[in-house]
Amino acid sequence: MMQAFLFDPFMMMYDSPLFFVEVLVSGLMSGVMYALVALGFVLIFKASGVFNFAQGAMVLFAALTFVGLWELGVNPWLALILSAVTMIGVAFSVERIVLRPLVNQDPIIFFMATIGITYFLDGFGQTIWGSEVRPLDIGIPNEPFMDFAEWSGLYINKFDVFATVVCSVLVALLAGFFTKTKIGRALRAVADDHQAALSVGIPLKTIWTIVWSVAGIVGLAAGILWGSKLGVQFTLALIAFKALPVLILGGFTSIPGAIIGGLIIGSGEKIAEVYWGDAFGGAIEDWFAYVVALIFLLFRPQGLFGEKIIERV
Amino acid sequence: MIYREAGQFKTSYNSDQALLPVAQDRFFVIGLLVVAYLVIPFVANDYWLNSIFLQFFIFALAAIGLNILTGYAGQLSLGTGGFMACGAFSAYKLATSFPDMHIIIVLFIAGLITALVGMLFGIPSLRIKGFYLAVSTLAAQFFLLWLFNRVPWFTNYSSSGVISPPPIKLIGDYYITGPQATNLTQYFFTLTLVVVMALGARNIIRGHIGRSWMAMRDMDIAAEIIGISPLRAKLSAFAVSSFYCGIAGALWAFLYTETVQPLAFEINQSFLILFMIIIGGLGSILGSFFGAAFILVLPIFLNSAPALLGLKLSGSLVTHIEFMVFGVLIVFFLIVEPHGLARLWGIAKEKLRLWPFPY
Repeated sequence: MMQAFLFDPFMMMYDSPLFFVEVLVSGLMSGVMYALVALGFVLIFKASGVFNFAQGAMVLFAALTFVGLWELGVNPWLALILSAVTMIGVAFSVERIVLRPLVNQDPIIFFMATIGITYFLDGFGQTIWGSEVRPLDIGIPNEPFMDFAEWSGLYINKFDVFATVVCSVLVALLAGFFTKTKIGRALRAVADDHQAALSVGIPLKTIWTIVWSVAGIVGLAAGILWGSKLGVQFTLALIAFKALPVLILGGFTSIPGAIIGGLIIGSGEKIAEVYWGDAFGGAIEDWFAYVVALIFLLFRPQGLFGEKIIERV
Repeated sequence: MIYREAGQFKTSYNSDQALLPVAQDRFFVIGLLVVAYLVIPFVANDYWLNSIFLQFFIFALAAIGLNILTGYAGQLSLGTGGFMACGAFSAYKLATSFPDMHIIIVLFIAGLITALVGMLFGIPSLRIKGFYLAVSTLAAQFFLLWLFNRVPWFTNYSSSGVISPPPIKLIGDYYITGPQATNLTQYFFTLTLVVVMALGARNIIRGHIGRSWMAMRDMDIAAEIIGISPLRAKLSAFAVSSFYCGIAGALWAFLYTETVQPLAFEINQSFLILFMIIIGGLGSILGSFFGAAFILVLPIFLNSAPALLGLKLSGSLVTHIEFMVFGVLIVFFLIVEPHGLARLWGIAKEKLRLWPFPY
């Protein structure tokens, strides 16, 4: 028993280091995908202090809209733009119908309201587009680079690399948007202090709409990537449960935290599943990420990169 | 005029601190109990007894459990399903290992085991707060379900993973579980249990422990300064809450579904109970009952509404529309009345105090 936990996994790693690197790389790349979902959470939490449970539902809804439009015969690029517009519409209605009447309520009330949005979007998307599994093929083959594999012996998946590139571009764009543009500065001001931002003339409502739209578009990107990996179906909404430990590990308010948290969780999960999975009895992916995040939290209650919590009476 | 406490003078400390100090409240509760014990069992048919009332009592019990933790102690938890599963499986292991043990003892010990597990998962709450804690309670949810799914010891090495509780006698020839159990026995048993445990919860909450929970919820640092130990307050909230949830889970598996399986306690169950306490009212025992009733009746209503209107919808479409209506209702309730049905009840009482005279 002890041997299965403490000895065998390391022997396996030592015996085939190349395989270990492969596992690590594929873990890191799925971590990037988790980070993409977590990013949507962070954006909204940063700008409005709302823990948006509906991010998973937004991912599903965006992906369903995209696939549905494409199947209707719409040009995929046009479908992409139309889905993005739909997500902006969702953001607009959420701000108008849900957030505005709830201004000044406790954060926990906002959180529960987003659970309501989750249920609504799940039902709404499937009422319109149906609930069967739809394959999504965006033209990136799910196969390793053969030339590279022959040269180095490492099998690296083309699709994973594509996802990583998309994610990096998105993060770079977001970072630029947050630091260089006027709206980005306004967003950070709102995140710092709602009232102070209002008093210097930053329109809170507009900012909220923008931030939910950006989160929706990030959700669209995540939905397309995850959808072409798993097929577009209800389980996409459950990706949110994978992103939550990433979120608490990285800290709710930090974009780099989401990325690094994603990488830690992604690689840790893969390595644990491959090397320790049998010792535990399999399928430990469900909870492994949560336990890792929990252990981290015991030492740093605000996550790795979260803002230090200062409490006063 | 109807609900007027004028003229009801308290002449002793005991009567001043009674559970229900206003006479009308007492009459209302007694009337409700009379209806529950003497009218419903003889009027309702088996479908109502088994599918509606039994489910309602069990959900209400779980909702009280979560309300203690979230509504009174302010620790948001998404792991209710996991704790209910824990109660169900400990009760199953107890009932199969000790066939002669009485059902009440089985439930009690299962509750205690769940309370221990709840305290274990409550330990992070001493360091982590708010949403970080909510997410980390998901760890309890996923880990416990995985444990019961994967470790064959919990299911007594059954190959299918679907197991039924053994038949247990309540008193004499009355069975509480198994094929010989009648709906009436189960109804009276759960009703009594729920009444006793709800009264127990009311009593805990107005006492020292309950007050320390509420102080913790309202502002934890201030509570600590006035001498409340966060360790004791938070862990006791987790323990009592898990005790209630564990018993609810055991009842759910033993009496309602009559199979013990992890699948019944998935994350959706946790959310359902969270909705109950939001809609019913955070920090209210009565609200837990309101919320449970509302969440139970709503799907039944939604299922039959299209047929009443003469529409024919496919089953999956109805499920999706049900999702939408649920979502809309939750948002609606939060906007209109964030304190839930219990607050509406309070407003109704205020109105009844004056009605029908305007002043």
